[in-house]
Amino acid sequence: MFSSASNFTDNVDAVFLYITALSLIVLVGITVAMIYFVIRYSRKRNPVPTHVEENLALEVLWTAIPLVLFLSMFYFGWVGYKDMRNIPDNALQIKVTARMWQWSFEYPNGLKTDTLYVAAGMPVRTELHSTDVSHAFFIPAFRVKKDVYPNKVNDLWFQSDKVGRYDIACAEYCGLNHSGMYTAVHIMEPADFDAWYKATSAKAGLQPLLTAAVK
Amino acid sequence: MVTGALPNEKVEPSYLEVSTNKYKKGLLSWILSVDHKRIGVLYLYSMMAFFSVAVVFGFLIRLELIAPGKTIVEAQTYNQLFTLHGIIMIFLFIIPGLPAVFGNFFLPIMIGAKDVIFPRLNLMSWYMFVFGGLFAVVSMLLPGGSADTGWMFYVPYSVRTTTNVLPALIAAFILGFSSILTGLNFITTIHRMRHPDMSWFKMPLFVWSLYATAWIQVLATPIIGITLALVAIERTLGVGIFDPALGGDPVLYQHLFWIYSHPAVYIMILPAMGLVSEIIPVFTRRSIFGYKFIAFSSLAIAFFGSLVWAHHMFTAGMSDAAMFVFSFITFVLSIPSAIKVFNWISTMYKGSIQADPPFLYTLSFIFQFAIGGFTGLMLGALSVNIHLQDTSFVVAHFHYVMFGGTGFGIFAAMHYWMPKMFGRMYNLKVATWAWGIVTFGYNMLYMPLFVMGYLGMPRRYYDYLPEFQPYHVVSTVGSWILIVGLIIMFGNLWIGMRRGPKAPMNPWGGETLEWKVQTPPILENFHTVPDVHAGPYDYSKYEAKKETTK
Repeated sequence: MFSSASNFTDNVDAVFLYITALSLIVLVGITVAMIYFVIRYSRKRNPVPTHVEENLALEVLWTAIPLVLFLSMFYFGWVGYKDMRNIPDNALQIKVTARMWQWSFEYPNGLKTDTLYVAAGMPVRTELHSTDVSHAFFIPAFRVKKDVYPNKVNDLWFQSDKVGRYDIACAEYCGLNHSGMYTAVHIMEPADFDAWYKATSAKAGLQPLLTAAVK
Repeated sequence: MVTGALPNEKVEPSYLEVSTNKYKKGLLSWILSVDHKRIGVLYLYSMMAFFSVAVVFGFLIRLELIAPGKTIVEAQTYNQLFTLHGIIMIFLFIIPGLPAVFGNFFLPIMIGAKDVIFPRLNLMSWYMFVFGGLFAVVSMLLPGGSADTGWMFYVPYSVRTTTNVLPALIAAFILGFSSILTGLNFITTIHRMRHPDMSWFKMPLFVWSLYATAWIQVLATPIIGITLALVAIERTLGVGIFDPALGGDPVLYQHLFWIYSHPAVYIMILPAMGLVSEIIPVFTRRSIFGYKFIAFSSLAIAFFGSLVWAHHMFTAGMSDAAMFVFSFITFVLSIPSAIKVFNWISTMYKGSIQADPPFLYTLSFIFQFAIGGFTGLMLGALSVNIHLQDTSFVVAHFHYVMFGGTGFGIFAAMHYWMPKMFGRMYNLKVATWAWGIVTFGYNMLYMPLFVMGYLGMPRRYYDYLPEFQPYHVVSTVGSWILIVGLIIMFGNLWIGMRRGPKAPMNPWGGETLEWKVQTPPILENFHTVPDVHAGPYDYSKYEAKKETTK
């Protein structure tokens, strides 16, 4: 948690922890209350029950307080989601193609790879295509996911400042080898990325069209 | 007192001995019976048969996942196992569990009626249930192998796979009709067959919850019927509806599927909530706190629950407006469930609590349902949902609601009502131990799924990254403990119902009408028209004076 692997990781983790913390407080509260009542008011200790009138104020209270808390959760979730939809214009455009059961990536100059290589600090927009059934493009460490359809182009974006290798998984069940549909995204130092990109493009006979400085 | 009859009444032969047709004894006197109680028992046995099969499938799934790579079965078998596990558990256990078994048996008694309003239709629902179940079994046995689509039958995969998707679709289609007919029967029965003195707000809360459930069954189930029929047409005739290769749209399928299947979640949970509202007053000897709030929250859940379906599709690429609205209503919908939980716990305050097995299962229900609800909040928040969608976190979440909630509700109902249904008592001590083992094993099975889901373990994975193995091992060991507990629990109930001591008329001190009729009940339930002047949870007699033995 809070690995800052992508620009979304910390915010998603924070909202998750916010809801988890509130939930744990209430869960512990109601569990302790239940156990306490069962012991304190057991038939042995308390053979005669006491009638307690319904209490409108109490009902209003435990409707209103959760409502306010729930709306705050909704709000934080929505704000975090808005960022995910706010795709920068200068993002590197990668065409992702899913098929049973592998991923492929195409850079703007036509370079094709089966692992994604990106420079640190570079915003990336992936345009998601499928050639057969539905899949879902999922980078757990980056907290991003989107379904991939054969008839509809979805997209998502992320930006990572942390050099490293991160798993890409398929999250929508797609048949026999669904669980083997893994690849990875490598976040590289800008200089390393430039070198890799130039060399690999040259090998494929393509013009390198971008550098890691495209911020 | 240990006799099963009212004080100055003679004991009459019970429904177990009196047939409604020309066959006095044997199988035919049961499977041709139109008595609502016998039909409830038929549902009980058939449901338990399907449940046992699906538990074995679940056990095999967990066993396969104890280590990465192949452990006991091939990937294809694994995919078929989780598909069948889902189809059977949902359509043949959780949905019919409370309404068809205990609703059938007790709804008419609880409202002071002799039977449901359409007894023959009731029997027909059971036949459709059995035929639907048989189709699911047939889909396993035919060449081609059973369906491997997941219980959601997501298109395009479900149109393309060569496995026996068609029998599975037909099974779900027929089961849908069974569900609709039961719902129709219950709505009409509640409107037309109530005892004249039983006004709406004197109805037990279990009846209220069945009423809300029945409306969802009638209104939502036809949509899944049509949708599954369209998939069948697409598969057999190649008409393009959902498959893009034929010009269709898979997202349309998801919408239609969840327009039913989300309300179906409430078909599954509402009766359990009603049951909990029934059990808590009895074992605390206190009138339920906030009766009207609990009753109306059921209706609110039924209404808002039909407006949140697309929260299953937050990663599908919907418009921002749709995302906003569906997330918002999802949070609003959490309120009535929270209200219920607070009212249940308040009912325990200053009660006189006897923690017998039905009550213990109810405590587990509240704890586990609360966890299911809280994790639902995490899934309702959009940015968090994007990360958690289609991971084992979701699997854990809905098992906490469906199994930890409704499943435990069914177990509570069995311990609560089976002595009334069969006239014999199970061993309370063994039942308490079984409850402890089941609750412990259950939580050990599903807790780790939350953690690894957040860490990025997708669902429906045959194989997984080695880093997830510790969680899988804990979970699988939990499944063994759970199954041991289930065997003890069902064994104890089975032995109790066959050889246990005779159950008294009112073993728990309930005030609803089913505790005022003979044990086991007679054909047409009542000797004389019962008295329903008081509300369903009137415990003033305990409050006013010392406890009596009646």
